[in-house]
Amino acid sequence: MDISVRELRKTFDRYPALHDVSLDIQSGELIALLGPSGSGKTTLLRLIAGLEFPTSGSIFYGTEDASGKSVRDRQVGFVFQHYALFKHMTVADNIGFGLKVRDRSKRPSSAEIRRRASDLLDLVQLPGLEDRYPSQLSGGQRQRVALARALAIEPRVLLLDEPFGALDAKVRKELRRWLRELHERTGHTTIFVTHDQEEALELSDRVVVMSQGRIEQVGTPDEIYDTPATPFVFSFIGDSSEIPISVSGGEAHVGNRSIGVFAEGLPDGPARLFVRPHDLDLVSDDPQTIAAVVTAVRRNSGSRFVEAEIDGCRSKVEIELPADDMRVFEGRIALKPKRWKIFPDAKRPNSQSVVGKGPYKHESEPKPPDYSQMVS
Amino acid sequence: MVLEASFDAAPAAPAETWTPPTSERPLVKWTLVGIALAFLGFFLFLPLVAVFVEALRGGVGIYFDAITEPDAVAAIRLTLIVAAIAVPCNLVFGLAAAWAIAKFRFPGKSLLITLIDLPFSVSPVVSGLVFILLFGSQSLIGPWLISNGIEIVFAIPGIVLATIFVTFPFVARELIPLMQEQGTGDEEAALSLGASGWQTFLYVTLPNVKWALLYGVLLCNARAMGEFGAVSVVSGHIRGLTNTMPLHVEILYNEYSFQAAFAVASLLALLALITLSIKSFLEWRFADGLKAQRSGH
Repeated sequence: MDISVRELRKTFDRYPALHDVSLDIQSGELIALLGPSGSGKTTLLRLIAGLEFPTSGSIFYGTEDASGKSVRDRQVGFVFQHYALFKHMTVADNIGFGLKVRDRSKRPSSAEIRRRASDLLDLVQLPGLEDRYPSQLSGGQRQRVALARALAIEPRVLLLDEPFGALDAKVRKELRRWLRELHERTGHTTIFVTHDQEEALELSDRVVVMSQGRIEQVGTPDEIYDTPATPFVFSFIGDSSEIPISVSGGEAHVGNRSIGVFAEGLPDGPARLFVRPHDLDLVSDDPQTIAAVVTAVRRNSGSRFVEAEIDGCRSKVEIELPADDMRVFEGRIALKPKRWKIFPDAKRPNSQSVVGKGPYKHESEPKPPDYSQMVS
Repeated sequence: MVLEASFDAAPAAPAETWTPPTSERPLVKWTLVGIALAFLGFFLFLPLVAVFVEALRGGVGIYFDAITEPDAVAAIRLTLIVAAIAVPCNLVFGLAAAWAIAKFRFPGKSLLITLIDLPFSVSPVVSGLVFILLFGSQSLIGPWLISNGIEIVFAIPGIVLATIFVTFPFVARELIPLMQEQGTGDEEAALSLGASGWQTFLYVTLPNVKWALLYGVLLCNARAMGEFGAVSVVSGHIRGLTNTMPLHVEILYNEYSFQAAFAVASLLALLALITLSIKSFLEWRFADGLKAQRSGH
């Protein structure tokens, strides 16, 4: 089932939770809504489900305008963050609930409901737990029962709110892989909300990054990580350092020093350069580099991290090196970014960003595709 | 290894002198326990025993005469009728009020919460007087009621109204915190699975609050049967007609029929004891269920 969201706006007591969000989801896709808390991702999910009603805008299920329909009529499978299993019902009764409450004409017999509950328990790999109560299950098991219950009503779309949020790290990883497999088997259009970028990048076909009630970027996990569209996405996804620079004559400067980074097409003025720790090279001093002073060196499993403060500004950068790099890092160092992205400081008309790659400034990459068009 | 050795060697605190940091010295502990028990014994246990001793002072025969005498039977019947009307009404009102407060946001919500407590904070006499002012012969609609032959004050309807008013908070008070804590997650889940509003209420909301509801109903019932002040104002004390058990006790006492008064009083006390026993039994029998409900998931 294709899902299409058009200029959706939601305001709670004059506090805007979602600003004119538009999004197209193709049938069978596994989509992650990713963002920090308060970014509106859960609100968007609940609006799609019909658990909230939009202040304005519309939601289409295929070609059908579902905006005015109640959650009851939308036929969605919703898995709640804390599962919301009915505590006084057995697992089988929980899963069969959606069938039991159907109109008499559409309701399967109770034997049939029980059989389907057992089938679904097999599907979620919990055979034989029909007569347990939710309180007798572990967190991961409850999660699967909640999913089986949502699947029982043959939903047109599967919506999951922080599906692994309440689980410990190990179970979380297992369930993640399991959910991916289940999705491949059942082919439901699935939208899930998460604040865990690892989860979003690993699990989904496409990621919707949200911040402050707006969509920042929509793209595949690779696109999101390799070509972040906005400063927010760059700093939110993965590790990155932010260096305040100034652009003049198409070149980036820290203070008065040109750092050998080409910023063609950007207006003169203040800007920010984003770079990932593994995209910074330590080079022998060269007039066109970022000059910095080492403040700390840390070792974290397979990598060695050098933290340095940049000359002429207070900001710090982090450089990731292989752990077997045994050079001594002390005092002054010179850095060159391999890949980077420059964002002119905000609130300026026609502001655009420039992506760079390669040790030499003239090998700057062409501009990435414009995701803002996919969003709108 | 050195570290481990030093741990082993470190003298563990001797078990007998170690006390949890929150505990007190035995003297303090037993003084406090003693005060609490003495207080309980003096103010609760002693009067209760006194009621039964007084009731049975003249022998079992007189006791049964006192509670089977026609006026006493009428009073018992009226008390049961009033409770049978007031308690179901408050069950419905309490459930509705708790539902509204816990599940919705609307203007005037905090005012409603305050108003629910009003019967607790107002003197029962005032509660009774309110109904006299509303429905008595001096009131605005009093003459109309009289001309149409509708009796409210000094009749059963007035007693029922006053009792409903006084016992209104019990069910609502018991349900509101629980329903607020449970939130609307289960209801949303039921609706998303295609249940109607009524099915959601019946299969999900009600089972989630059933113990608190029962608890509230028991307390409400105990108070409905025992209410004196408000009922006294609106009843008019007509023997055999508008006397409830507490009023009957008072009349007997004022007539110096002490044993009869205590006999009827013992029935009320027994009722309270039964209520408390059922309550304790439910708490014990369904402790796990209650705990699971209160802790959510």
